[in-house]
Amino acid sequence: MSTEDAHDPKFGEYGGQFVPEALMPAIEELADAYERYVLNNEDGFMDEFRSRLADFGGRPTPLQYADQLSERYDTDVYLKREDLLHGGAHKLNNALGQVLLAKYMGKERIIAETGAGQHGTATAMAAAHLDMPCEIYMGETDIARQRPNVFRIKINGSEVVPVTVGRGTLKEAISETMREWATTVENTHYVIGSVVGPHPFPKMVRDFQSVISEEAREQAIEQTGGLPTDVVACAGGGSNTMGAFAEFVDDEEVALHAVEAGGSSLTVDEDEGVAPNSATLSTGDEGVLHGARTKLLQDSDGQIMESHSVSAGLDYAGVGPELAHLVDEGRVTPVNVDDDLALEAFHRLSQDEGIIPALETAHAFGYLEKYHEDLGDTVVVNVSGRGDKDLETVIEETTKRDLDIAPDMSILQRMGGSGL
Amino acid sequence: MGLESAFADEPAFVPYLAAGDPNYEDSLAYVEALAEGGADAIELGLPFSEPIAEGTTIQNAIVRALESGMTVERFFEFVEDLDVDVPLVCMTYYNLIYQYGADEGPRPFVEKAADVGISGFVVPDLPAEEAGPLRDACDEFGLDLVFIVAPTTTPERLERMREQVSGYVYVQARLGVTGARDDVDDATEESLARIADWDVPKAVGFGIKTGDHAERIVGAGADGVIVGSALVDIVAEGYENGDPTAEVADRLEALARELKDGALRGAQERPQPERT
Repeated sequence: MSTEDAHDPKFGEYGGQFVPEALMPAIEELADAYERYVLNNEDGFMDEFRSRLADFGGRPTPLQYADQLSERYDTDVYLKREDLLHGGAHKLNNALGQVLLAKYMGKERIIAETGAGQHGTATAMAAAHLDMPCEIYMGETDIARQRPNVFRIKINGSEVVPVTVGRGTLKEAISETMREWATTVENTHYVIGSVVGPHPFPKMVRDFQSVISEEAREQAIEQTGGLPTDVVACAGGGSNTMGAFAEFVDDEEVALHAVEAGGSSLTVDEDEGVAPNSATLSTGDEGVLHGARTKLLQDSDGQIMESHSVSAGLDYAGVGPELAHLVDEGRVTPVNVDDDLALEAFHRLSQDEGIIPALETAHAFGYLEKYHEDLGDTVVVNVSGRGDKDLETVIEETTKRDLDIAPDMSILQRMGGSGL
Repeated sequence: MGLESAFADEPAFVPYLAAGDPNYEDSLAYVEALAEGGADAIELGLPFSEPIAEGTTIQNAIVRALESGMTVERFFEFVEDLDVDVPLVCMTYYNLIYQYGADEGPRPFVEKAADVGISGFVVPDLPAEEAGPLRDACDEFGLDLVFIVAPTTTPERLERMREQVSGYVYVQARLGVTGARDDVDDATEESLARIADWDVPKAVGFGIKTGDHAERIVGAGADGVIVGSALVDIVAEGYENGDPTAEVADRLEALARELKDGALRGAQERPQPERT
């Protein structure tokens, strides 16, 4: 973390603060708090954050050598196990940081949006842990496909507010949470769930998540005697991606691969306003959405397109502005993996390594399967989260396909339904 | 036609409708009905798919307009097809302005807007800090750029805005998103007092619904009132009930007249400056 760029709201051409006037003072207040507490450790904020991440969150997470994958791909594959973090995903790093920051700022209430529900779960956990009332905005489509996380949010004492407009996914949930924030900005903090939104969110969320690469870098040196040749992470909004990349960005010899959701196709139906993928870095154009200039899935008018991925957590038409910048600079390589390959990788990791990954994470392993010959001899893959939340989707999507690797699910059909 | 002219003689009534809600032809009739009812300037919403500053009423209007085929090019045609004699303000989000035309940035959009007869812009997601390129393009083509002052706007930000605003300043009557309300917030008077010495007209919006509201707002010192959701509600109700276009237009004209009359009453209640 450095203080030199704390005041700069931009990453090259990307970033900025494109929000309604009513929110500008809150964003300025947040930028001030970010500099004081996060960058300058005022009142010991970062010490408390690190301590709670260790005791409540369970950090550090391991960097695990993956025996079967290493043998399969004839390269050393290491797994950064963010799925072992409390709550089952990297999301807690950011949620805990922001809820704690809101407390230091004297805010009385937390709101957040969520897509796959992992950010909602993490925020609800952090809010319960720090005794803050909390409401989570979630699109109706995502509520239906991520029921376990909806339950977990409610069990932790937070409210789930259904968002019914549009297609009912992350894009709509973010817009709705911004509206709610504009109404209650004086006592409420909006815990944005990724490295997106207006400055200072992209930098602040990156800093909270950079503990992933900070640990991975140290662990790699300790365990292998040097830096990895490649770091692979899936990319939706980009918080686990930036978390996994941040401390390696200056290590030019380490290749950084951001794996996006190729969905069912990279072809876009502009008349319908639908992109059957969420491959924003690979196929998007520059524009302004949700407070920042970044790469977007949009039509030629600039209307934002509906995105698609089998993974709710990657299903977003935007991406973090810093990632967009790093791609333009050539530092990060954007690639994509379609729904089928991600599902196949989900089953392979579960069977070969005994790790059930989130569908988001499965995209990173899909990339490994397809392109491992292009990678170096020491590959770190960020296991951004565990897959419990996705089991209903995986069963449904697997039964639609003829995947050689999938287990025989007929026992569930005989039992009548998935039983989950 | 410059926007300040709308405020020159008496308090201005500035209505808003989303262009193309619920469809192109009806929307033309509805906007023209507002002019008949006494509008001094009209804010025309160019629908954007992610209207983060709008409440449910206008959000739904935007969805109806987009679903009935409104696009940026159709919007410009809409403006050309309108038969009204008052200045028109384009209210939209920055991505649509930024993406238009072959050249990067807002200039092609502003050039086209000027060409079809738009007088200025309100861009709710473009704060003064990011507005430089649009301000430059507006200056080049002689258009106004209206900024929104919120109850939370800090004194430092007010100064930044003051340097860039032209046409009128949009005073947000309360926190939150657009939407009709049943009361008038105290924040309105405080906001007006903070910018009393600005030399542009002050128009108050967010939550104004009736002639009485308009009267109180103008009585409190505003130079005009901006009304959106209460009018959009009439369009929505007419659409849902399948009412004839002419009937809905009549209701819009009647509410417009009520709001304009309320604003005029408010002006009469204000202490008159002494004549020299």
